Amino acid sequence: MDRRRKILRTFVKNRAALIGSIVALIVTILAIFAPLIAPYDPLEQDVFHRLTSPERSHLLGTDVFGRDVLSRIIWGARVSLAVSVISVAIAMVIGTIFGMIAGFKRGKVETLIMRVVDVLMSFPVLIMGLMVMAVLGSGMVKLILAIAIVLAPRFVRIAHAPTLEMKEKDFIEAARALGVSAPRLLMRHVLPNIFGEVLVMGTLWTATAIRMEANLSFIGLGVSPPTPTWGNMIRAGVQQLTISHWLAIFPGIAILVTVLSFNMLGDGLRDITDPKLYE
Amino acid sequence: MISYTVRRILLAFPIMLAVFTLVFLLVRVAPGDPAVAALGDYASQEAVEALREKMGLNEPIWTQYARSLYGFIRGDLGSSLITDEPVSRQVGTALPYTAELTLVGILFGTLLGIPIGIFTALKRNHTIDYVGRAFSLIGLSIPAFYMGVLLMIAFSLNLKLFPTVGGGDLSNLGSNLRYLFLPAVTLGIIMMAYITRMTRSSFLNVLQEDYVRTARAKGLAERVVIYGHVLKNSIIPIASVIGVYSIVLIGDSVMTEVVFSRPGLGKLMVGAMKQRDYATLQSVMIIYATFVVVINLITDISYVFFDPRIRYN
Repeated sequence: MDRRRKILRTFVKNRAALIGSIVALIVTILAIFAPLIAPYDPLEQDVFHRLTSPERSHLLGTDVFGRDVLSRIIWGARVSLAVSVISVAIAMVIGTIFGMIAGFKRGKVETLIMRVVDVLMSFPVLIMGLMVMAVLGSGMVKLILAIAIVLAPRFVRIAHAPTLEMKEKDFIEAARALGVSAPRLLMRHVLPNIFGEVLVMGTLWTATAIRMEANLSFIGLGVSPPTPTWGNMIRAGVQQLTISHWLAIFPGIAILVTVLSFNMLGDGLRDITDPKLYE
Repeated sequence: MISYTVRRILLAFPIMLAVFTLVFLLVRVAPGDPAVAALGDYASQEAVEALREKMGLNEPIWTQYARSLYGFIRGDLGSSLITDEPVSRQVGTALPYTAELTLVGILFGTLLGIPIGIFTALKRNHTIDYVGRAFSLIGLSIPAFYMGVLLMIAFSLNLKLFPTVGGGDLSNLGSNLRYLFLPAVTLGIIMMAYITRMTRSSFLNVLQEDYVRTARAKGLAERVVIYGHVLKNSIIPIASVIGVYSIVLIGDSVMTEVVFSRPGLGKLMVGAMKQRDYATLQSVMIIYATFVVVINLITDISYVFFDPRIRYN
């Protein structure tokens, strides 16, 4: 059996990874096709049906403006996923490039990059995010930038160590002796070897990014209303906590399920990409 | 070990200096004039200019930096731009709320997480193990603020066992504990999830080692093998993640304080951010970074303490 089929089989046998990927896929489909799937316009107000409990016409009830909660959660998936996936992608590309350069160049370049990373990582993820948002101001593009800035140093560390290890390998030395240029060497020989690890961490950090988006929107620094995000929906729901618990509970379930699915997928991918399995 | 400890402590100073510089620069490039923030949007041009002069904002940035750094080293953090209260006093009032919350959360999570982790590792692939793994996966996926909201709905609004928001009176133990309970449990459950998971995997790793097989083969009692050999060797990775997750928990404490309106550092920081009170904001951020640097320091030193094999040169 070739390696690819072996990996696929391990993936299907790894139940957590399978469930995680299916749920993540469903959330992604909901996000992409939100306009077709959501039963109502997420911004449409209906003053005659304010704060209704879950019922047949509004499966998850309505909020203080009479907006359909289910539709807002489905549209909220769009913002949450777009923000987290794009920000992690940016962090992954920038972080991996700097990490590889640091590991490959050594010397002063390495010291400089890694010390900057040390300083940036001297803040808890969330506090760093708050700090960057305070400087940039709120809004979706700024939120993406803020999360990317916070996560990039983490990818530098992930890419740095294996690059150091790779550099000592014979095949790299052979390629260098043949006169392969450094960028080409990194792209063709180092990157494929560290890609698995970077991807696993990318999946796990996407879960963190979703949580971070929710955190920042909950504080009121992320995406501003009326655009629905899970975080600002809970923020609004907390104001009505004594009247209707549901407004705060439902969007949170959406966050939990989505974060959980990315964590399960990431854990599963880590087990699968573990080379010890295929030796 | 002593020379390593000293060197490691010395290494923390340049990091702190860099952290200070980073925060100083970030706060300076943040939009909005601090003088306008202090006086409000309708202040006259002259008043703003006078305040800028008084706050030293018209001086070259190097002078401002040097003065700010000198003040920070002496423990003088300046005054809030909004209330004019000394920042050191604001921090002094807020810090105990955050410190007790975070410490109790870390303790709760660690003291429960380690035994549960060991137990599930020993019962690997039994139902109890699956339940434990599912719970810890949920615990590390749930945002702290949502956990707080759920606990508040269940225990404050429905069962009316605890107050919903506020910090309580720190000098009164009963009131203090009543207000501390739900926020601390919020953080504790998250910490427990991390620690359970890490303890389990670290334990399972050590269980597969050759020396464990040897210990069993030579007829040692299972209890001696588990506590004498396995636990001792799995403690290093556990100790290091307690440090890492304490840092995560400090971030989560901000959200917990916001949800429960607990008057700690996090609430102070978020408030300062919204009011553009850059003097307070700058100091609180540096204090948070100091926590992280200190926790990393303790973690690194504890490696050497727990594992004499590790020697740094």
